[in-house]
Amino acid sequence: MTEFSIREYLRSMRLPFCTGCGNMTVISCFLKAVHELGYEDLRKFVFCSGIGCAAWIPSPHFKADSIHTTHGRSIPTATGVKLVRPTLNVVVFGGDGDLVGIGLSHLIHATRRNLDITVIMVNNMIYGMTGGQMAPTTPFKAKTTTTPYGNLERPFDATQLIVAAGACYAARWTTFHIDQLRGAMKRALTTKGFAFIEAISQCPTAFGRRVGLKTPKEMLRWFKEESVPVQKARKMTDGDLVGKIVIGDFVCRERPPFTKTVYETIKEAANDTQAS
Amino acid sequence: MTKQFPPGTYFMQGNQACAEAAIAAGCRFFAGYPITPATEIAEHLANRLPQTHGIAIQMEDELAALSAVIGASWAGAKAMTATSGPGFSLMQENIGYAFMTETPCVIADIQRAGPSTGQATKCAQGDVMQSRWGTHGDYTPIVLSPNSVQEMYSLTIRAFNLAETYRTPVIFLADEIVAHMRERIIIPPSHEIRIVNRKKPRKTDKTFFNTGKTPPMPSVGDGFNVPVTGSTHNKHGHRYTADSVVHRQLVEGLASKINKNANQITNHEDYNTENCEIIIVSYGCTSRAVYETIELAKKKGINAGSIRLKTLWPFPEKAIQTAAKNVKMILVPEMNLRQIFYEVERVVHGATPVLPMNKIGGGEMITPEELLAEIIRGVSNID
Ligand SMILES: Cc1ncc(C[n+]2csc(CCOP(=O)(O)OP(=O)(O)O)c2C)c(N)n1
Ligand code: SF4
Repeated sequence: MTEFSIREYLRSMRLPFCTGCGNMTVISCFLKAVHELGYEDLRKFVFCSGIGCAAWIPSPHFKADSIHTTHGRSIPTATGVKLVRPTLNVVVFGGDGDLVGIGLSHLIHATRRNLDITVIMVNNMIYGMTGGQMAPTTPFKAKTTTTPYGNLERPFDATQLIVAAGACYAARWTTFHIDQLRGAMKRALTTKGFAFIEAISQCPTAFGRRVGLKTPKEMLRWFKEESVPVQKARKMTDGDLVGKIVIGDFVCRERPPFTKTVYETIKEAANDTQAS
Repeated sequence: MTKQFPPGTYFMQGNQACAEAAIAAGCRFFAGYPITPATEIAEHLANRLPQTHGIAIQMEDELAALSAVIGASWAGAKAMTATSGPGFSLMQENIGYAFMTETPCVIADIQRAGPSTGQATKCAQGDVMQSRWGTHGDYTPIVLSPNSVQEMYSLTIRAFNLAETYRTPVIFLADEIVAHMRERIIIPPSHEIRIVNRKKPRKTDKTFFNTGKTPPMPSVGDGFNVPVTGSTHNKHGHRYTADSVVHRQLVEGLASKINKNANQITNHEDYNTENCEIIIVSYGCTSRAVYETIELAKKKGINAGSIRLKTLWPFPEKAIQTAAKNVKMILVPEMNLRQIFYEVERVVHGATPVLPMNKIGGGEMITPEELLAEIIRGVSNID
């Protein structure tokens, strides 16, 4: 295998992210994971993403086919791609607003179908691109531009939701845990079925500075100090878990992938037709 | 049943004819969400597509349905969805996306009575302007309007052909009557059906968007590294949102790709237009009352003719302008509160009086008797 060079996978263009943005970490973890899995390029991949900073991760920066969809619709678009071209690795990148806000229903249904794609959700707990409005993942009481009195709503636990919806693989890590995040990406990409990764990530521009975490470094320290491995969390009370980030592999199981079921059915239907 | 639908004469429902035509046109992907009066298209394709190695999937909503169709189209399949008013409203954002990204696909809107949930099982023609202007921004859609089960078949094939010819979404704007009606239909043998297939790029091609003509369309997974985006982009597909010239050229270019070929796209049927004094401009289910009206008028000594629109957009301006020069009056019956009427008035531009005839049917169609009464009233006002 050749040595890893990130340039092999990226178009020579400036990345649009703010200095210190966690999206950079997600990019390098992902491309390293791809390299370690033996892919010298991204020919066998198709990336779908919606709208938001995180959605810009693959498109147009990856040297690959990418479909940058309308806000929230990356997963159903990926559904069309994967069904028609089942041998391609279809990967969705998106923010928490894109995937568990406006696009939530699609995420749950793709999980339910066990569509064999990988979804990487970059959870920065805020709507970054539009300048820091509340997201469905914003912590309770956090101040955002649309919750000036603090967020009155409780945030989603997206990974738990996806476990309940039937994913084959679901994991949560943070941009502090780069080795584990990369490892999880490799597991996701080799999962035969629906795989979901929640990457808790820092948005210093639209979130950190508003909640008193002045630098990206302070945000990473927060991720480090408040993270609790999922095995340990299972023994903790709800009260103990307030404000904690539960990390690790939440589920890893085998279930028949959707495209397999679909293509088996097509084969039967087409053969029956020819015979009659 | 065999993979190919056997040619011959059948008694068939409009929606089924549409579904079979889709298969004949090469459609291999359908994604939809159930809605009256379009559901039979989904049901028929759910049964038939797998037999032809195609895929039919029921999505969680219409937003997802059109998204999946767009994804399938980029993966190389001819693809369609089918819906009615409420679902058509939900699809509007992605219709704009398909237009902006030059994604060929067919969206069947089987009109029912709106606004809102309205009357699910009743006929109306209220989505005409939505089919023209439903998504935000400036664009030129292609919209077809069938008036028989036979045309549910032939115009569905045309819809796929136009989608591929111009790399654009095509709206197949039928209505409840035409879609649910059963009548005689002749299914032609496959060698008699003209099919347009997608123009694929050569290995060396690099420009896939807004080339002035229809650009070749790579499929994802074919190694072209194509970035597809609904944001303003250059000819390679790269997002370019800060440049006024790029944006202007894109929006104007995509519109002109359709507009400059309007003569090839627009299509209408003339009936008894030679020497007639009155012309009825109609489309869809309403046009079915027109032929009898012409006979009734003849008995009253009025020579009426018909221009029936098979494409609503681009609007067949020339046909109507030419006809307007020689007649005393144009009557525009519609099952809505004036939608195509204003378009006719615009292109006629005072050359002859244009009369609207509108009916919110609530389940009742416009009858030949009602049309005749309108003609007589119109004629007496002019004379
Ligand atoms: C239909 C629609 N509604 C709203 C927007 C505006 N919008 C753009 S990005 C965004 C939020 C993105 O937040 P998230 O998905 O969390 O991504 P981030 O920018 O934080 O990475 C919104 C609301 C849009 N583009 N489309
Ligand atoms: S606004 Fe936040 S999420 Fe977006 S690029 Fe800047 S730091 Fe990253």
